[in-house]
Amino acid sequence: MRHDHITSAKQLSRDDVEAVLDRAGEIAADQEAYADRHDGSLLGLLFFEPSTRTKMSFSAAIKRLGGGVVDMGPVDSSSVKKGESLADTVRVVEGYADALVLRHPSEGAAKMASQFVDVPLINAGDGAGQHPTQTLLDLYTIRESAGLDGISIGIMGDLKYGRTVHSMAHALTNFDVSQHFISPESLKLPRNVRYDLHQEGASVKEHTDIESILPSLDVLYVTRIQRERFPDESEYRKVAGEYRIDAAMLESARDDLTVMHPLPRVDEIADDVDETSHAHYFQQAHNGVPVRMALLDMLLGGDR
Amino acid sequence: MTDQQLRVSKIRNGTVIDHIPSGQALNVLAILGIDGTGGDVVSIGMNVPSERLGRKDVVKVEDRELSQSELDVLSLVAPDATINIIREYDVTEKHRVDRPERVTGVLRCPNRNCITTEGEPVDSEFEVLDDGIRCVYCDTIIRDDIASHILV
Repeated sequence: MRHDHITSAKQLSRDDVEAVLDRAGEIAADQEAYADRHDGSLLGLLFFEPSTRTKMSFSAAIKRLGGGVVDMGPVDSSSVKKGESLADTVRVVEGYADALVLRHPSEGAAKMASQFVDVPLINAGDGAGQHPTQTLLDLYTIRESAGLDGISIGIMGDLKYGRTVHSMAHALTNFDVSQHFISPESLKLPRNVRYDLHQEGASVKEHTDIESILPSLDVLYVTRIQRERFPDESEYRKVAGEYRIDAAMLESARDDLTVMHPLPRVDEIADDVDETSHAHYFQQAHNGVPVRMALLDMLLGGDR
Repeated sequence: MTDQQLRVSKIRNGTVIDHIPSGQALNVLAILGIDGTGGDVVSIGMNVPSERLGRKDVVKVEDRELSQSELDVLSLVAPDATINIIREYDVTEKHRVDRPERVTGVLRCPNRNCITTEGEPVDSEFEVLDDGIRCVYCDTIIRDDIASHILV
């Protein structure tokens, strides 16, 4: 892979994506073979926002490659609390680690931080911007279950602020995929993502309800609609209720529909979906480890 | 001396920026970072009658020859501006402004959640699109009223 930093899914070509997914497949098939591949390597974790899955799976990934982590810990107990700039923080921490993983509440944080360091920097979420490693594990999951060409994907929920959605939409332009975006009017895709999809000539349709499009989908990617995006509780409840799926609703879907979710979910996927063959979201979360192992292996010089 | 000359007199050496859309002269100065504190002698004509534009603004900066890269940024607010470099009262060079590929440090990103608005040691930077500009950090696209985002 030719990139030093992974800040946006936009930078990933089809070849890049396939190289990571192929490596992830090899790792998943024989994890032991990679067990001391990066013995002694240290991954710097800089999470300025809470994270469970992303942080834990990066930790698991580097440890399963034989390395370890140095963790900034919560912002409240770090130098950030004293007013240190992000640019200074990453310049200090790059001296402690062989690669950095950054989550930050501001859009563009990873791109900016990457300009100040020489070690590879991975964006683990920048505000409402991008979350490229989530996309890589999402694509891995889709490839395993439905293949990545000649499919229709529905992406539903908070498309405006959902960084996993933005990264996914960009990455899917590399493949022969029809993208259907399903959301309330107020949470439609932002202008910059629409612009890119248009520039790429992507096949894109927008919908305000799920029922009409559900039967034609191969994959349904559900995201959480957050309470804070709405002026009042009743409006939120009304909208959230319309973008919720349950097992009864999925009876109109194809038998092989893959339902995904970046997690955590609140109630946008009812518990009764968990027992159906459509539910892939827990496997999706598990795939975070081999995919992040593959990415780290490549960024840390796995071909040496 | 004609009325026209009285309003915007000739300069001996420097740069004349002509054919600025009416009302944009102060934005042109803001983009160029000229606010009077640098000691430059600056003349501004606003709403000057123009055959081509009806009304136009004109800016004259004495004893300073502005570079093409400085001036290209003006294309964002004054795409039809013409640039005259004056030496000993004569126009020695005449240029149009070209749209630059990038604009750095001139505009503020309107996205309040963009990292460039948070006191980090980076300049704002925008990619110039056919029909607007785009923050290279947070991807926000600005299509209308670019002048309102000038850093002053």
